[in-house]
Amino acid sequence: MNFAEIMFYIFATLTIGSGLMVIFSRNPVHSVLFLIFAFINTAGLFVLMGAEYLAMLLVVVYVGAVAVLFLFVVMMLDIDFAELKGGMVKIAPLGVPVAVALLVELGLVVGTWAFPKNAELARVHPYFTGAETSAVLDGPNNTEALGLILYTDYVHYFQIAGMILLVAMIGAILLTFRERKGIKKQDVAAQVGRNREDSYEILRPASGEGIKGKGA
Amino acid sequence: MTFWDQIDYAYPEIFLALAAMGLLILGVFIGDKGSREIGFGAVGILIIATFLTGFNGSADRVSIFDGAFAIDSYAVFAKCALYLGAIFAILLSDRFLVREKLQRFEYSILILLAVLGMSIMVSATDLIAMYLGIELQSLALYIMAAFNRDSRRSTEAGMKYFVLGALSSGLLLYGASLVYGFSGATNFAAIAEGAAAGGNNIGLIFGLVFMVSALAFKVSAAPFHMWTPDVYEGAPTPVTTFFASVPKVAGMVLFARFLVEAFPSILDQWQGVIALMAAASMAVGAYSAMQQTNIKRLMAYSSIGHMGFVLMAVAAGNNEGVSAMLIYMTIYLVMTLGTFALILSMRRPEGMSEKIEDLSGLSKSDPARAFMFTVLFFSLAGIPPLAGFFAKFFVFLAAVNAGLLWLAIFGVLMSAVSAYYYLRVIYFIWFKEPVASFEKQTGAAISVTAWSSTLFMVLGLITLIGPLRLLAEKAASVLF
Repeated sequence: MNFAEIMFYIFATLTIGSGLMVIFSRNPVHSVLFLIFAFINTAGLFVLMGAEYLAMLLVVVYVGAVAVLFLFVVMMLDIDFAELKGGMVKIAPLGVPVAVALLVELGLVVGTWAFPKNAELARVHPYFTGAETSAVLDGPNNTEALGLILYTDYVHYFQIAGMILLVAMIGAILLTFRERKGIKKQDVAAQVGRNREDSYEILRPASGEGIKGKGA
Repeated sequence: MTFWDQIDYAYPEIFLALAAMGLLILGVFIGDKGSREIGFGAVGILIIATFLTGFNGSADRVSIFDGAFAIDSYAVFAKCALYLGAIFAILLSDRFLVREKLQRFEYSILILLAVLGMSIMVSATDLIAMYLGIELQSLALYIMAAFNRDSRRSTEAGMKYFVLGALSSGLLLYGASLVYGFSGATNFAAIAEGAAAGGNNIGLIFGLVFMVSALAFKVSAAPFHMWTPDVYEGAPTPVTTFFASVPKVAGMVLFARFLVEAFPSILDQWQGVIALMAAASMAVGAYSAMQQTNIKRLMAYSSIGHMGFVLMAVAAGNNEGVSAMLIYMTIYLVMTLGTFALILSMRRPEGMSEKIEDLSGLSKSDPARAFMFTVLFFSLAGIPPLAGFFAKFFVFLAAVNAGLLWLAIFGVLMSAVSAYYYLRVIYFIWFKEPVASFEKQTGAAISVTAWSSTLFMVLGLITLIGPLRLLAEKAASVLF
């Protein structure tokens, strides 16, 4: 057993273990923390496969953003998990057979899986060179390889993905932004345009009468 | 072909994307008070985009971006229909949004972006392009469903549509990954090669069924139609107008291209699935619409039924079937826009009315509108000699010629059953005591759309069916 294999078994065991803990831990916050742990271990598995870019992406996006968001949701929303679990018992008579049927179907599908020969892959995939199934040390690294095709062959998809993000942004603003009236804002032009004449006046109050007029 | 040569072929999409973004920036500066002008700008953009398609795509396919995007007469036919439908959808919304105080300049920009997504969908010949096009379209549609954010019904419609839409996107992706895994390609032509190579196709079919379910959701075919009535009822009526017309065309065109181009060799495997969905949709559309009292819900079930008829044409899976599908979708687009123009004109001083009973006695209070309602509903029911009849006729013909006689007979039966609820509306209009009449002033856009749609239904037979059929046949021939 070499080092990579040992690391594989460590990461794989921890991933499966923490994946189970996500489901079985009673405290939802612990579930999310185990989910984060599972993500990090999966990132380790990706590194072993030579997909270091995907590994870093997993850490940045899933651990950094998605899981933290989960944590927020779980902590902010007061969800009664005992009640949710009670509902599960009620639908179990229907749910379990459906789940079993789906599992059997999936088993049948996966059972027919055959890895294609290199020649077949090359026929349907113009970029296939045969080296993709293992990490190549002297080739371009992941990030370079992605960059080489992302802005050339895949520019079409890249641009559509950009448009989708634009729509998401418009939607978020359209559905949640409300212009509030009567809040105090800084108006730089008004501040700069303020001059001496508008700003003060000299009053000469008569004795015993106090101040009357503009400044009062 | 160099990169810049490829760009030449994607002008309508590039123009739509750039113009939508330009209009968005303009809108941010003008604000919501300029939303009418932004709407007219969007109409202008769509007109230019229609011209940029070149109307008459070459029968030879031009495939760009590594086979992800096809420009052929099929895509061009669909794009012209989409752009023209979207123009009417924007024009129809104008008055409603002002009166309901929903004037937001993003409205027409969202329509533009949704149309861009649909445009990518109808040209997609690759699983990734297909998925991205569908997402761009649906995301814009989810936002539009919740457009009236202060109304509970509208936000509920948006939420429901979003959650179920996300689920169907998940199904689509799962199916696509299986198809990719078992054929080794994302390109339609390469998938077809992989499927034709023979061997055990069970994985491929498994993936195909998932993808068909997701696409059926997008065109609201039974048994994936549950969201339709609620979303149609809850969304603001101009949004419903758009939902019922334009995205349906894009969804169906993509559906047919996906099945026919990627899986021609396993036609006998998917034909049964599509035929069953067609039968289920026709039955749901015919029977569920009977109890409806809300005209928007009625139209939702009506559109489910219509999708059943269109799927019958798709199930034929040959040249004739696809061209019947294109003819049906074109006529359906015109009928739906006309009907919804009339629904948008159902307005009393106190507000919009959506009840079928509110139409009682319309023949006495407003004979012109009653006439248009009658013609359009007769056409929706498929009564000769209106255009709606010919749409159904070509579909039945294609199904019979493809050996789906049982489905065609079932379709004729369901068509007869569905005539009941269309005729019920007409009964209310002509034979019930009049109730308070609607406002006479409906605005130019609504009356022009309703009248031209009515005229199309009446005169369609002698003037337009011939050329439409030629165009559709030419468009469909590219796929085979």
